[in-house]
Amino acid sequence: MSEIELPGARESWHDFLAKAVHNRSFTIGAIITGFVLLMALLSFVWTPFDVTEMDIPGKLKWPNSQHWLGTDHFGRDVFSMLMVGARNSIAVAIVAVSIGMAIGVPLGAAAAASKGIFSDVIMRANDFIFAFPSLLLAILFTAIFGPSAINAMIAIGIFNIPVFARLAHGGSLALWQREFIFSARTSGKGPVRITIEHILPNLMNIMIVQGTIQFSLGILIEAGLSYLGLGTQPPDPSWGKMLSEAQTMMGFAPYLAIFPGLAIVITVLGLNLLGDGLRDIFDPKLRRKR
Amino acid sequence: MKIIKTGLAGAVAALAMFAFSTQGMAGKDAVTLGMVLEPTHLDPTAGAAAAIDEVLYANVFEGLTRINSKGEVKPALAESWTVSDDGLVYTFKLHSGVKFHDGSDFNADDVVFSLNRARGEKSVNAQKALFKAIDKVEAVDPLTVKLTLKSPNGSMLFNLGWGDAVMVAPESADGNKTKPVGTGPFKFVKWVKGDRVELARSDKYWGSARVLGKATFKFISDPAAAFSAVMAGDVDGFPNFPAPENMDQFRSDPRFKVVIGSTEGETIMSINNAKPPFDNLKVRRAMAYAINRQSIIDGAMFGNGTPIGSHFAPHHPAYIDLTGQYAYDPAKAKALLKEAGFANGFKATLKLPPPSYARRGGEIIAAELKKVGIDLKIIPVEWGPWIKDVFKATNYDLTIVSHTEPMDIGIYARDKYYFNYKSDAFKAVIAELNRTSDSKARYALMGKAQKILADDAVNVFLFQLAKTGVWNAKLKGLWENAPVQANDLTGVSWAD
Repeated sequence: MSEIELPGARESWHDFLAKAVHNRSFTIGAIITGFVLLMALLSFVWTPFDVTEMDIPGKLKWPNSQHWLGTDHFGRDVFSMLMVGARNSIAVAIVAVSIGMAIGVPLGAAAAASKGIFSDVIMRANDFIFAFPSLLLAILFTAIFGPSAINAMIAIGIFNIPVFARLAHGGSLALWQREFIFSARTSGKGPVRITIEHILPNLMNIMIVQGTIQFSLGILIEAGLSYLGLGTQPPDPSWGKMLSEAQTMMGFAPYLAIFPGLAIVITVLGLNLLGDGLRDIFDPKLRRKR
Repeated sequence: MKIIKTGLAGAVAALAMFAFSTQGMAGKDAVTLGMVLEPTHLDPTAGAAAAIDEVLYANVFEGLTRINSKGEVKPALAESWTVSDDGLVYTFKLHSGVKFHDGSDFNADDVVFSLNRARGEKSVNAQKALFKAIDKVEAVDPLTVKLTLKSPNGSMLFNLGWGDAVMVAPESADGNKTKPVGTGPFKFVKWVKGDRVELARSDKYWGSARVLGKATFKFISDPAAAFSAVMAGDVDGFPNFPAPENMDQFRSDPRFKVVIGSTEGETIMSINNAKPPFDNLKVRRAMAYAINRQSIIDGAMFGNGTPIGSHFAPHHPAYIDLTGQYAYDPAKAKALLKEAGFANGFKATLKLPPPSYARRGGEIIAAELKKVGIDLKIIPVEWGPWIKDVFKATNYDLTIVSHTEPMDIGIYARDKYYFNYKSDAFKAVIAELNRTSDSKARYALMGKAQKILADDAVNVFLFQLAKTGVWNAKLKGLWENAPVQANDLTGVSWAD
């Protein structure tokens, strides 16, 4: 456990930027992610067409100057749907990662601070959840509580909990061995205070890296759930649902499957590159070891 | 490495088999048809699911009469019949030498048993109303049956041709749900749940029809999988292909024949007439005005379907075109909603079963109703919960479904039906219709019934479901239309 290297002191913003611009993964990942985020934000104020506006006579038009990515089987504009779909995907992923972090990190840190039975119970419970394949768990959850975007968020959030709890637990255990924690203890601080003042701030870096990875997983699973009809419900557009609807139309309108597929691939790729880059920046030793 | 080798060997074997089966094509003695839904069980006299009849009707089970591909009543197990002048006594002369698949004889006692079982107190028959007019059934001699009615019923012979009225044997009736025993040209072989039902030619068949040696019904619910199954030749055809958008692709492929026929499926947006605000006639009419039927046919069914204005099939001679009564007019819809006190619209739910006419049609309807201020929440449901919540418990606001039973306008006269529609005027018309046997008078009454339903805007009548069939170009004899829910294989053969 003590092998996990954690930066002793928090890096300054300036240091971070200096490393970031030299890291190719980070730069490319940040650009892609930034672009997707921008599209999602832009969709709140502007889309080329109203996404719920159907135009049956103008259905299944290939990409053209008016409809940049064509129209679907109801004559809705694919580009607009992708923009709004990005918003839904990102919203689900943000909430899911937040749930995972907000519950998982305190649990893991508390387990590390207390040790003993309390720690065992928490960590074994986490192992239990972790043992289930995440997509299966999400399907089970949405099947029981009904398909909706909210339930998808909660379902994805639940299996994010053990990921963060384990990471926080391992990271905290390593930190508890460090000299600055010893000095904090000798100065009379209790475990709760040490956790809040010293442990959690030092866990931030690895949490941000893991958060980025989980974020991309969240987007993938949301797409999977929506593809199965268990996630975002019509008329709200979502990438997964666009894919499943395009399935039977592959023969004559392949663009209906290609564009949402590309959207998912690019977004997940961007987030993974970003996560890789962040890890390299925060943890230079790990990079050298590879 | 080992895995790859085995995989390769498997592939070679598969290829060899493929080559072999292609060679054997000329004298092909089997047919495999795809179906979207799997039957819940295999007893046509004990369930409403269309899939049951689609596997067994005319293939395994037969009735006294039968309905042919044109929707006409033809003799089946009864070779002839006479009707008394007052229309109360039907005397059926049965075919001799008919045997059930288990070897037992079919005679008048089986007819008495079957009909009494179907209309009896403990009957689980889904269409008990078909037999309501029957007073008693008697066996005169082993090959003669006398049916006495309480009152004349013009559609008795038609009713006896339904899948729900097929003949079963007392010894095997209880086991029909899993091991159906009938008198038809095919006998049941096996049912691999979740995959297929296999039938084989019965050597005990009484009739002259020479049928294929083997018939398999394969259940494929996913439209994309159905498409690949047809393309790959895993099935020889899909009498009701689930994805209308693929029909053009099949049309352009010379291996296939595409047949767009008619069905008895009145596709409607059912309204819970008892639940406010839908108990308000103005609200129901407003919804009828707000929905553009053609856009649903084009958008959801890719142009396959005929608009309807009431609960009646357009190919029936008594059909009257009422589609103009609520021609698409959102402005009028808004005005009506305002009159009804819903100037700002209202919220409701729309429960959608799995078929694409419902799921896609529902999205279009939700978008159209939103324009007049009605905000619908779409709730997708599977068939099981749909039957339970919507159909039986009537726990719904709106739903979309296709009523595929033939001549089923009478359901609006039922006391407890899921529309929760109550109209004495309508009931009177149906009661009179049941008493009338003269065709002309019956048609007039049917017209009257259609008008009442349209005036009351009981449901939003959308379109007549098309039968989107696709099958191997060499396969002959499948039904083009679906006057009853059936995949009658008695006339099916392969062209050389």
